[in-house]
Amino acid sequence: MAEPAVPPAEGTTDRAYPPATASPSGAPIRPVPFRGGGFAPRSLRFGAPATFLGLLGLWWAATQYGWVSPLALPKPEEVGRAFLDLATSGLLWQHLAASLWRLGLGWVIGAAAGTVVGFAIGLSSLARSTALPMVSAMFPVPKIALLPLFILWLGIGEVSKVATIAFGVFSPMAIAAFGGVDGVDRNLVRMAQSFGMPTRAIVLKIVLPGAMPALLSGARISASIGIILLTAAEMIGARYGIGALVLSAGNLMATDQLVAGVLVLSAMGLTVSKGIAAIEKRVLRWRA
Amino acid sequence: MDLIATGLGHAYDGLTVLDDISLTVASGEIVALLGPSGCGKSTLLRMLGGLERPATGRVEMRGAPPAASLNPLTYVFQDFALVPWRTVAGNVALPLEHHRLGADERARRVAEALARVGLSDFAGAYPRQLSGGMKQRTAIARAFAVEPAVLLMDEPLSALDAQTRDLLIEDLVRLWTETRFTAVYVTHNVAEAVRLGHRVVVLSRRPGRIRAIVEIAEPLDRRREGSPALGAAREQIWDLVRGEAAAADREMVHG
Ligand SMILES: Nc1ncnc2c1ncn2[C@@H]1O[C@H](COP(=O)(O)OP(=O)(O)OP(=O)(O)O)[C@@H](O)[C@H]1O
Ligand SMILES: [Mg+2]
Repeated sequence: MAEPAVPPAEGTTDRAYPPATASPSGAPIRPVPFRGGGFAPRSLRFGAPATFLGLLGLWWAATQYGWVSPLALPKPEEVGRAFLDLATSGLLWQHLAASLWRLGLGWVIGAAAGTVVGFAIGLSSLARSTALPMVSAMFPVPKIALLPLFILWLGIGEVSKVATIAFGVFSPMAIAAFGGVDGVDRNLVRMAQSFGMPTRAIVLKIVLPGAMPALLSGARISASIGIILLTAAEMIGARYGIGALVLSAGNLMATDQLVAGVLVLSAMGLTVSKGIAAIEKRVLRWRA
Repeated sequence: MDLIATGLGHAYDGLTVLDDISLTVASGEIVALLGPSGCGKSTLLRMLGGLERPATGRVEMRGAPPAASLNPLTYVFQDFALVPWRTVAGNVALPLEHHRLGADERARRVAEALARVGLSDFAGAYPRQLSGGMKQRTAIARAFAVEPAVLLMDEPLSALDAQTRDLLIEDLVRLWTETRFTAVYVTHNVAEAVRLGHRVVVLSRRPGRIRAIVEIAEPLDRRREGSPALGAAREQIWDLVRGEAAAADREMVHG
């Protein structure tokens, strides 16, 4: 459709286009409408605290005004008091120390083994044809289902719990590492070979840094999986540990302690994720 | 050190890409390899540097490389192949690190190579902060840091804009005048080949065979736009290239 030579009458202009003004020659002139921007979400500075405060307020109001039964959900101040009691009696630290120890050990063993196996799958045909099918078959098995077996093999103590966590961390880490190695730019590998760099140096200086983004995202995912398995394992048989705390509080209908324990688990997850984000920021500075 | 290829041939899954290439690259000369796209130039260069096994024929080195040479056959790649997580200096140092050099010697080589290509002020910059020309100069510095006996350059300038390309060609001419490096320079640009090659090897379309070798006697640092000797060589090469292109065109039409 041809453009009208004179500005259209008021009220008839297309809403998408600002009204045109006449140029000396009579042809309409109008600004080019802006249609770029967007699709670039940023973290707003006060977004996270505001969200938490909002949720806290909602929780407070729901318990204060009797929207939910006090049996179902304790008041925030009760949870706070339970948390303080746990902290001052030293019980919290005993639980937390037990959990962190299991998680740390299980995660380090599982992640180290997963990274090594993932690298082997990414670098050697032998490992690719043997270990990859094994990892793929293992990945979908809910590892907590193996805990009873581990207890039979390794006893009810720490080893079976750590083994469950390590096992659960292993497959996602192996798959992340293997994907990361596969994604390393082959031209860089050829370059390194063309300079006569030994295989060891190529793996350490080209493949490892190239796979680092994938390794870090694998670490993030596997740490969350580790926390889930940790809690589950502690619920099945442990005296100390946040999972044990939550379970025994539930058995006693002590919802205030229960919620305090759940919040500690959430804080644990957040801390791990913040820690990995900080490492990412340092290690992947070159990407910025 | 000279590099000698004898009867090189290659095929990918039954598709012959190179046939009977024999070529000697003498110490101190730049051999420009000119040929149409897909004629096997990159394949030939990979075979010259030992990155690909030739199906037939052999590649040999004659004489010893310079004593200071850490990597006699050294590539400069079309896509620069810089490691993005290392700085300019880190990239230049990369091929030195697995050699037994003192820290002083290593630093000296890096500084000297960067100075040669005029990048001393950018030693701490990351590749993403560099222009295309600076990236390729970094890659050239990296190549010079190992003191190659023969530089193998695969269309080193074709990812760059025309102005940057001219500047880098002048850089290469200056570097050659200073160091008399030996190089095989792959290109499909006649002007580049004529500007930089002591000899221009014209390859036919696939399967790549040597159509002609054109010698250009004019010294590199005295080659000027419009000099008659250069003009004659360019004409001769253009005729060869045009013939190839026309033949390829007819092939396309008649199947
Ligand atoms: N790894 C490979 N597997 C199969 N075919 C290949 C492979 N590498 C190259 N070819 C084919 O061999 C032929 C020659 O390739 P080559 O890259 O050596 O050509 P080139 O002269 O460098 O081309 P260009 O000017 O486009 O860089 C092409 O037809 C290409 O498709
Ligand atoms: Mg090529």
